[in-house]
Amino acid sequence: MTAPTPSQTVGPFYGYALPFVGGGDVAPAGHAGAITVHGYVYDGAGQPIPDALLEFWQTGPDGSTTGAPGSLRRDATTGAVIGRNGVDFTGFGRVPTDADGHYVLRTLPPGDSPYISVCVFARGLLHHLFTRAYLTDSAEDQLLASLAPERRATLVAACERDRVYRFDIRLQGDSDEETVFLDFG
Amino acid sequence: MTASIERAPAVPAPEAQADIDREMAELKRAAAGKPALLHPARDYAPYRSSALRYPKNPLVVVRDPEAVELSGPVFGVTDTTELDSDLTRQHQGEPLGERITVAGRVLDRQGRPVRGQLVEIWQANASGRYAHLRDQHPAPLDPNFTGVGRCLTDDEGRYQFTTIKPGAYPWRNHLNAWRPAHIHFSLFGTAFTQRLVTQMYFPNDPLFAFDPIYQSITDDKARERLIATYNHDLSSPEWSLGYRWDIVLDGPSATWMEEGR
Repeated sequence: MTAPTPSQTVGPFYGYALPFVGGGDVAPAGHAGAITVHGYVYDGAGQPIPDALLEFWQTGPDGSTTGAPGSLRRDATTGAVIGRNGVDFTGFGRVPTDADGHYVLRTLPPGDSPYISVCVFARGLLHHLFTRAYLTDSAEDQLLASLAPERRATLVAACERDRVYRFDIRLQGDSDEETVFLDFG
Repeated sequence: MTASIERAPAVPAPEAQADIDREMAELKRAAAGKPALLHPARDYAPYRSSALRYPKNPLVVVRDPEAVELSGPVFGVTDTTELDSDLTRQHQGEPLGERITVAGRVLDRQGRPVRGQLVEIWQANASGRYAHLRDQHPAPLDPNFTGVGRCLTDDEGRYQFTTIKPGAYPWRNHLNAWRPAHIHFSLFGTAFTQRLVTQMYFPNDPLFAFDPIYQSITDDKARERLIATYNHDLSSPEWSLGYRWDIVLDGPSATWMEEGR
């Protein structure tokens, strides 16, 4: 196997390069089945992180894993981002945290899967972190079943009200606080 | 006057480069006796911003990623425009600086090309300043340079950008901290697990030894994988200098799983 290119931090200045308008609006506009997943990203002192970048990837509502192009569709004349086409479900979202360390994702519930995949980048983080935001606490899920109850709880979003889920990410903390992050080898 | 001085918060004196150098040397020595790490350790202390931002609990190993994790976002012709890969043509005039071509291939760990995937770059201008409001380095902004580019890899996994060579710039990790010139890269594979954000450096930069972000990769060979190679064949006569940099994405993908580990 060829040795991989090492990771480096995303740094503080990605804000004018990576985020794009509508990056968190994965659900087609006006879709009646849309859900909101939101929360805060915290550091080891419990302070919100205003310079984190979150990426989301998930199955389509039909359970497909193929996605679709067009997440950052651009106007060929002006180069401006013109948003998703409102028909295809691309499955991909990208949201920078705001000055409060808060993010909001509007998407459709993943089909045949209890979770949305999450990748976390931040200034100060030399290598991104993967996790899963579970919308349901599935008893059969292999990963959840393998975790101690206090660790497992960090992966399950709280249903705040109909169609609104809260999923906070803690980069560092005690075992009942710090989010479970995944190593895919 | 005195009272206001007394109330002012205590600002610790910035640490010296020599302190950071000592820590970096210790960590390099400690790593030498162990299997080489392919990526930086997230708790690399000389990079001070990492202190509260690395997980203390061990990562949970997922030996059998699920189908969704072994697939990933896809991008197409609507996601980029032709001008996105030429950072010198995004404004009315030519940016200042040394015009360069940066080209290479994106491969997986089996050496297979990653086709049709999004490559994004961002960088400081020739003076070492980002077109970002929070960058307050008192170096001039260039009205003809934003420093953001993107392209899709072709069927051989190739990418190519025209840009200018970024300048080195100071930061506040410690007193007199300077980043070696670099271009930030963001890459996608066919699987979400292959996602990579990293930085490309230029050969023989005198700042390498002093930079805790670059030195966070403690293995010499691994660290040198971030350095592009000057390639005279990529240079265009009377136009630009060529640098070649190939990228290998880590992490399992669907095809990797099918073939068995």
